[in-house]
Amino acid sequence: MSSLKVLVPIKRVIDYTVKIRVLPGGKGVDTNVKHAMNPFDEIAIEAAVQLKEAKKASEVIAVSVGGAKSVETLRTALAMGADKAVHVETDADVQPLEVAKLLRAVADKEQPQVVILGKQAIDDDSAQTGQMLAGLLGWSQATFASKIEVEGDSLKVTREIDGGLETVRAKVPAVLTTDLRLNTPRFATLPNIMKAKKKPLAKLTPKDLGVDITPRLEILEVAEPPKRSGGRKVESVDDLIDKLKNEAKVI
Amino acid sequence: MFSIRAASTAREALRGAIGRNQVRLFGSSEVVNWSHGLTDEQIEYQSMAKKFADAEFAPNMRAWDQTELSPQETIRKAGGLGFGAIYCSPAFGGTGLGHLDASIIFEALATGCVSTTALLYLHNMCAWVLDNFGKQPLKERILPEMASLQKMASYCLTEPNSGSDAASITTKAVKRDGYYILNGSKAFISGAGDNELYFVFARTSGHLGWRGISCFLVEKGTPGLSFGAKEKKMGWNSQSTRAVIFEDCAVPEGNLIGEEGRGFLIAMSALTGGRLNVSSASLGGAQAAIDASFSHVQNRKQFGVPLSHFQNTQFRLVDMAAALHSARLVVRSAADSLDKKEPSAKTYSAIAKIVATERCYEICDQALQLFGGYGYLKDYPVEQYLRDLRVHRILGGTNEVMRGIVAKEFFEPAPVQAKVPA
Repeated sequence: MSSLKVLVPIKRVIDYTVKIRVLPGGKGVDTNVKHAMNPFDEIAIEAAVQLKEAKKASEVIAVSVGGAKSVETLRTALAMGADKAVHVETDADVQPLEVAKLLRAVADKEQPQVVILGKQAIDDDSAQTGQMLAGLLGWSQATFASKIEVEGDSLKVTREIDGGLETVRAKVPAVLTTDLRLNTPRFATLPNIMKAKKKPLAKLTPKDLGVDITPRLEILEVAEPPKRSGGRKVESVDDLIDKLKNEAKVI
Repeated sequence: MFSIRAASTAREALRGAIGRNQVRLFGSSEVVNWSHGLTDEQIEYQSMAKKFADAEFAPNMRAWDQTELSPQETIRKAGGLGFGAIYCSPAFGGTGLGHLDASIIFEALATGCVSTTALLYLHNMCAWVLDNFGKQPLKERILPEMASLQKMASYCLTEPNSGSDAASITTKAVKRDGYYILNGSKAFISGAGDNELYFVFARTSGHLGWRGISCFLVEKGTPGLSFGAKEKKMGWNSQSTRAVIFEDCAVPEGNLIGEEGRGFLIAMSALTGGRLNVSSASLGGAQAAIDASFSHVQNRKQFGVPLSHFQNTQFRLVDMAAALHSARLVVRSAADSLDKKEPSAKTYSAIAKIVATERCYEICDQALQLFGGYGYLKDYPVEQYLRDLRVHRILGGTNEVMRGIVAKEFFEPAPVQAKVPA
């Protein structure tokens, strides 16, 4: 099997180095800070571009759902080696299920054989979009990939799971999500950043794709994690259980 | 099943995996944002250069300084990214960007290591010389290797007895049988001994002063080319600085760059761009020092509160930020002027060098003060930025020479005073 068409959804998120500040009111965080491509999505783009370089893929399409500034993220993807970009423009707060529906619509248009996403976005940590997309498309899925190999009409994927590593064979068409150790994303080269300007970038809206993006989840509260307090030594197992139950409230 | 892996924030996993707990508020706040005023593309270059600096330079900055290691392999990685000949034309592998783009890139790289960035910007200046003044066959042979950083270049003008009085150089080049025979020596040459290419200014005619000077490319391995002992320096320790010695060193005719007698003008025009590179690296070092001290004052507590609560601390950092921002604007404006080939670009470039190198050194000094005793330790990066930036007030034409250049715009030269070279 040759010439896989690969779709890579990417998300513009707050840069991982920024110290997050919860806004007064407790409904959100300060977003007037530095943003970047979600690091797991960078890994996804790198994986797709590597498939193209190994001649297992013929085309890499980057897609992003978001406001006007998502174009910056798409350009970075083009500079890393994606062939074209699709911007689904909306300023609304889009949640994982709605994103998955939009991506399904884009996949219907672009007809990829493989979709590679980051395993989760570092802002909401939902870790759902890839899985839901696979469900909506009715495709096989292999998540938390730390290794991807093309074998005939399937993808052999090594997954990082709690118990260790699991290897699955996913028949194409398939949805994959990337884990941290899959690869080290390349730096875009200066010449490639310059060339990216000339690569096609299509714009669509949720309306164009016929998707209702009304959120179904409501954010009740956003708060900082509790400040770290000192540790304590316990005298016995009973004491430990008592503290875990009544103080830490984790059992 | 409740999976701890999925539930733990990816952010923490990344911090651990990448190992740096950077709080880069200055770069990301809207008030003193180093991306302010840049085009989308320039922001991309900046972001990529910064990523590269964070990944490849910053973790090694201290070790390179203390072990005096020259990081050749890391620099070759930079070549693949287009950092080798940033403002040279694409015809022979140059990236084809301008001086403003280069300024943004060198500033970003310098946040990771000023000394290693200096190796790159000096090399870039030499690549520009070859691109602008070299003959086709020489360009064809050498430029692609310079662009990819396969071969690195040193700029050889200064001599033991000719520093600011650059036109007084005495290294001779005598033409004979299709070669120029070079005799003399150069001092304080960055990268000497390690680099493969040497852009050498030598006297080809009996003319004293600037009219008799020509520019040559001398390749390592040429018989008669040797190097002095490695200098022990205050900073810039990730590069070797040595004397370059010519003893009947025969350089092929084809290695002459430009015409005979044009060398000095070549040297000076190269330095106009080179000064902007120096200034840009100063900006990067100061940015890194501010970021580090900003982070420190949030964490360090005295008298029961973080240092950042004290008005003195706040006002110092504001002054540092204001100085950096204004220096940055002067440098970028001068770079833009040079890109537009404005006649006044040279003057603005000199002004930019004065302002940037002096303000940024002061910023590092203030940053060290904010760190208190810790700032004096080599465990913390600020003292290295300070040491690495100190030489920027000297090389590329001292700040005194810069003042001389600008003074010429306002004052007639006094009759007895030696003419400052054009």
